[in-house]
Amino acid sequence: MSQQTTADKVCVVIGASHGGVNFAFALRREGWEGSIIIYDSDPELPYHRPPLSKAYLASDDSLDQHLLRSAASYEKENIKLRLGVKVEKIERSAKAVILNNTKQQRYDKLVLATGARPLLPPIEGIEANAKVLYLRNASDAAGIRAALAASKQKNVAVIGGGYIGLEAAASLNKLGASITLFECEDRLLSRVTAPAVSDFFHKLHTQKGVNILTNKRVDAIRSADETQTIVCNDGTQYLADFVVIGVGIRLNLELALAAKLETGDGIIVNPQAQTNDSDIYAIGDCTYHYNPHYDRHMRLESVQNAVDQGKIAAQNIMGKAVAYDALPWFWSDQYDIKLQMVGLSQGYDEVLVRREANADSSFSVWYFKGTQLLAVDAINFAKAYVLGTRFIKAGTQVDKAKLVDPSEAFKPQNLALSEA
Amino acid sequence: MAKITFITTENERITLESTSGSVMQLAVDNDVKGIDGNCGGVCSCATCHVHVAEDFMPKVGPAGEIEMDMLEFEDGFDDFSRLCCQIEISEELDGLVLKVAQ
Repeated sequence: MSQQTTADKVCVVIGASHGGVNFAFALRREGWEGSIIIYDSDPELPYHRPPLSKAYLASDDSLDQHLLRSAASYEKENIKLRLGVKVEKIERSAKAVILNNTKQQRYDKLVLATGARPLLPPIEGIEANAKVLYLRNASDAAGIRAALAASKQKNVAVIGGGYIGLEAAASLNKLGASITLFECEDRLLSRVTAPAVSDFFHKLHTQKGVNILTNKRVDAIRSADETQTIVCNDGTQYLADFVVIGVGIRLNLELALAAKLETGDGIIVNPQAQTNDSDIYAIGDCTYHYNPHYDRHMRLESVQNAVDQGKIAAQNIMGKAVAYDALPWFWSDQYDIKLQMVGLSQGYDEVLVRREANADSSFSVWYFKGTQLLAVDAINFAKAYVLGTRFIKAGTQVDKAKLVDPSEAFKPQNLALSEA
Repeated sequence: MAKITFITTENERITLESTSGSVMQLAVDNDVKGIDGNCGGVCSCATCHVHVAEDFMPKVGPAGEIEMDMLEFEDGFDDFSRLCCQIEISEELDGLVLKVAQ
């Protein structure tokens, strides 16, 4: 699409988080002259989500300190934010979206950045219990802060030992809460990291006073007066003032499904972030997409994926044939520990741990499939994250013997066997 | 009030004014090309790499430990490299010129 033809066009974006907002600015930068309208049912000016379980939860920061962009920047780029407005339906034949105020808005291009919502696990008594909280939106985080402030004993149960559960535990611990964390698998972060990383975080949280219970499945939560009783499948019971559940997400696919767009484990998109309707794109957590680095289709829950797919969609709408080719990366901050991850470790057959001399809490975990480096987890050692990124992108073969020897210099030239 | 000038990789000069906050957020809010700040300013992503004009280096100061680890193996790293999410705007920085890294 050339620049001359977009002036009277309308691009509608559903979802004003990392994907939708970065897409909108990228589209403007690529030369789209027509309207850009972003809808989101969340009434807040779009904000960074990762701090909601980290700095925002652990402080009395206002949301203004975590905005994706200032209010003025939307005005400057003429990007219209329609916040607190829910899109009810997509009418593909009419090329319009139907809003909850029954109005409709036509589109020439539509971008679905609908994301996900917390998964409600099969635990009896969690529905209609105001003391059972989740963490996805700013209002959720504010609700958890308020629940802690109002609780007398400051006893908090966290269900789920993934990133959200662990970050929430670290933040609430910092605020003085006494925390019991329930994980049904035999180790923390079991879905995403090797045992060395799980062990490290288990010890870290234990040292800070969090009571971590693995192999602990919660069956029911019983609410009486101001106390929640957490009932586990082994018959044990625990008391808490309130409960935070972080056990994964459910994709917001309803609009795509009702519009009969192709879906699988997410909205299916091609390498241009385009759905099976050529005027509808999808980006971020809600997409099922192809990743060339790992030669397979996948779904990713990350800022990186949302931002990168947003840029790809913008470029393709403006006629640049660019394919998604990003290496996944993630991070987590807990207490004073920074965990940075690059690549995807699924399918690894060897894990090597590099421990830095004279630094107890600095190490990195390297996941290989044969000679191929798949992923790196870096704990308080950003150099490993950066070097891992470089090696994976270049297909560099790593000298494994040197890698695990802390006396060997951590330098690219020293650790690389060959640049592919 | 500090005036801060960004020179993009396409040699565009953008001068912006602010009183507080991080240099990264100023750049993001004004769509300075090449400054993405994807992690929101927690030194986790290295998408806000800049080169500080040499005469301003004493005022801006050197990179912190984690920041240096993030920068050391980056393309184009030099003695004037900083992640601009770690540079707080103050009056002292009035006139600062930053080159966006490649």
